[in-house]
Amino acid sequence: MVSNNEKYTGKTYFWNDEKTRGIIYQVVTALLVAFIGYYLIANVQNNMAKQSIASGFDFLEKEAAFEIGESLIEYSAADNYGRALVVGVINTLKVSLIGMILTTILGTIVGISSLSSNWLLSRIGTAYVELFQNIPVLLQLFFFYALFYEAFPGPRQALQPISGLFISNRGVEFTVPAAHYAWSYAIVAFIAACVIAFIQARLARKHQEKTGYQFPSFWAGLAILVGLPLLTWAVCGAPTAMDVPALKGFNFQGGRNISPEFSALLFGLVLYTASFIAQIVRAGIQSITHGQTEAAMSIGLKPKNVLSLVILPQAMRVIVPPLTSQLLNLTKNSSLAVAIGYPDFVQVAGTTINQTGQAVEGVALMMLVYLTISLLTSAFMNWYNKKIAIVER
Amino acid sequence: MSTNTVVETIKPPALNKGVLGWVKSHLFNGAFNSITTILILLVGLKYVPPFVQWAFIDSVWFTGGQECHEATGACWSVVTQNIRFNIFGYYPYEHQWRPLAAMIILVLMLVYSRDWKRWNKRLGYVWLFALFVMGLLMKGGLFGLVSVESTKWSGLPLTLLLSFFGILASYPLGVALALGRQSRMPVIKTFSVVYIELIRGVPLITMLFMSSVMFPLFLPEGVTIDKVLRAQVAIIIFTAAYVAEVVRGGLQAIDKGQAEAAESLGLNYFQKMRLIILPQALKIVIPPTVGVLISAFKDTSLVVIIALYDILNTTKSILNVPEWTGFSTEAYIFIAAIYFTFCFSMSQYSRHIEAELEYKTDTQ
Repeated sequence: MVSNNEKYTGKTYFWNDEKTRGIIYQVVTALLVAFIGYYLIANVQNNMAKQSIASGFDFLEKEAAFEIGESLIEYSAADNYGRALVVGVINTLKVSLIGMILTTILGTIVGISSLSSNWLLSRIGTAYVELFQNIPVLLQLFFFYALFYEAFPGPRQALQPISGLFISNRGVEFTVPAAHYAWSYAIVAFIAACVIAFIQARLARKHQEKTGYQFPSFWAGLAILVGLPLLTWAVCGAPTAMDVPALKGFNFQGGRNISPEFSALLFGLVLYTASFIAQIVRAGIQSITHGQTEAAMSIGLKPKNVLSLVILPQAMRVIVPPLTSQLLNLTKNSSLAVAIGYPDFVQVAGTTINQTGQAVEGVALMMLVYLTISLLTSAFMNWYNKKIAIVER
Repeated sequence: MSTNTVVETIKPPALNKGVLGWVKSHLFNGAFNSITTILILLVGLKYVPPFVQWAFIDSVWFTGGQECHEATGACWSVVTQNIRFNIFGYYPYEHQWRPLAAMIILVLMLVYSRDWKRWNKRLGYVWLFALFVMGLLMKGGLFGLVSVESTKWSGLPLTLLLSFFGILASYPLGVALALGRQSRMPVIKTFSVVYIELIRGVPLITMLFMSSVMFPLFLPEGVTIDKVLRAQVAIIIFTAAYVAEVVRGGLQAIDKGQAEAAESLGLNYFQKMRLIILPQALKIVIPPTVGVLISAFKDTSLVVIIALYDILNTTKSILNVPEWTGFSTEAYIFIAAIYFTFCFSMSQYSRHIEAELEYKTDTQ
């Protein structure tokens, strides 16, 4: 046995010891980062003192003194910056949530289309993906915004594809039911119906696992979801009065309005993100071998059950992680709203920075809000992903 | 007794071969596909002819804005009459051949370097020289070229500049971060993880905002850094985090035995990474890396928001001139085609490499 391991027999310098060296590297890195951080903070404090910019988050309490085009909560220029920023956050969440749902649906359709045996349909799917993926989303937003303004007529010549729906360069106006307490009760009933339908589905599943008897839980759930709100509405007096938008002067009164900014933003984000989701869905479906379909058919499953019980659950495992990052991208890209004037969080924060000069706090708030949204979304998707992952025994 | 009878070769039905057979099996196989095909054709018939009419037949190509407003079709004049401002922006008019030459050099160099069998030391020196020439052409100040401030750089050269250097600088930074994330040293690992997750959690716009409104506060008094450079740094910092995540995937895919083998040969950490791990890891992640780089290229368009004049912003300013307002569709289609050409060739390139790699692993 030869053993002349230098490390233990001979003299070792401490800088040749891997452990010591590791500690030295880390201390140096930490010191370097700390020094740069200190230097930057010192500069910021110095500069802010020179330009007499206040620091801290006191500005949130001050009057904002600017209007915000659209808001889901009540807001006026007399409210403070804090409330203005909340309006921005809500607007960001609004466009992101609607966008996420629509883009997932569109992306799935396009992804499945591009696998179709119909040559024309699959070509259109592929062309869609190539076209929308390779053009910057900001350019697409500008394009749709300009299209809205230039291609659609003014309010006076508004297009009316169906009665009560007006499309003009001021946005889309549509009829809503006139305010009545029955509608709010119906919404509450719908939420209750969701909970009941969920519990019902779980019970049916347990029942099936125990006895083998299949309860038609899908139809029962649908009946609850539709029936309960309808019943509530009927009990409360079944109001049918409608709030129809009407042209008064230069613009519409009554009804509800979707602004051109919101429409263009939603359109651009949904079309752009769907092209990426389509690719993910296609890859997910292609990852399942044909043997799975054959095996499922050979044990006597119906075609619709082959898809829902065998193919989709497996494809979802491949699809969910990249889908999550695409949905997050949509949320982050919604910050481009600032370029077409939709009052999302970045736009409101940008105005706040311009008015107060407190750039550090403003940018910090922006990062905080988006980080929170990102972390919450990925936490939810991780939970979902764990739920559908392969259970290894 | 046997008789020899010539069996007549039966031809397949006319409907199953040739063009008709193709149409039948690709477009009309089954009721659902037939209905889909007919629907698509109907929609196509309704919208394609008017589009062709608008884009080509009724369109005007080389007129002033007045004639455009009178024409019923597309006004491509908005592109042709403003092409030099659209491409070169505020670069001095009489010197615009310089950015043009720089761009041609860049594209030629990229096309030449597409095959990695040509990647050697000499090509590296040629690149260094080409970069120097391009810089000289853009900036001037030597050999009788008039000096042009970087604030005047705009249009397509600015887009290419931001993306090229963004990609060039973010790649090594991203690789370093990925290695840091895999490191066994807790401090370095924590810094890398925080950096990557922090940057990936926020939109690029916040980084650009930071570079435009917050960064001046970071600098000591009297020191100012050029706006283009600040945006460039923001793009590099942002892209590096995404490159790092892609590279991490490659590092994780390399078998542990490779690292152990390298260590048993007595290679130190840097030799191990440089000679054994990284060449393999970076190769398998070429396709997703190109994806990140394409995103970086598209994302340079966001500098519009901090008022830099890249090609998207020069287009917007043309559309603000009263003579040309109302022709956004035409102008945007033109630059969409430019972006598409660059991005599509990059993604085709990545597919080409992917196919080459797959071929190699199959035959081994």
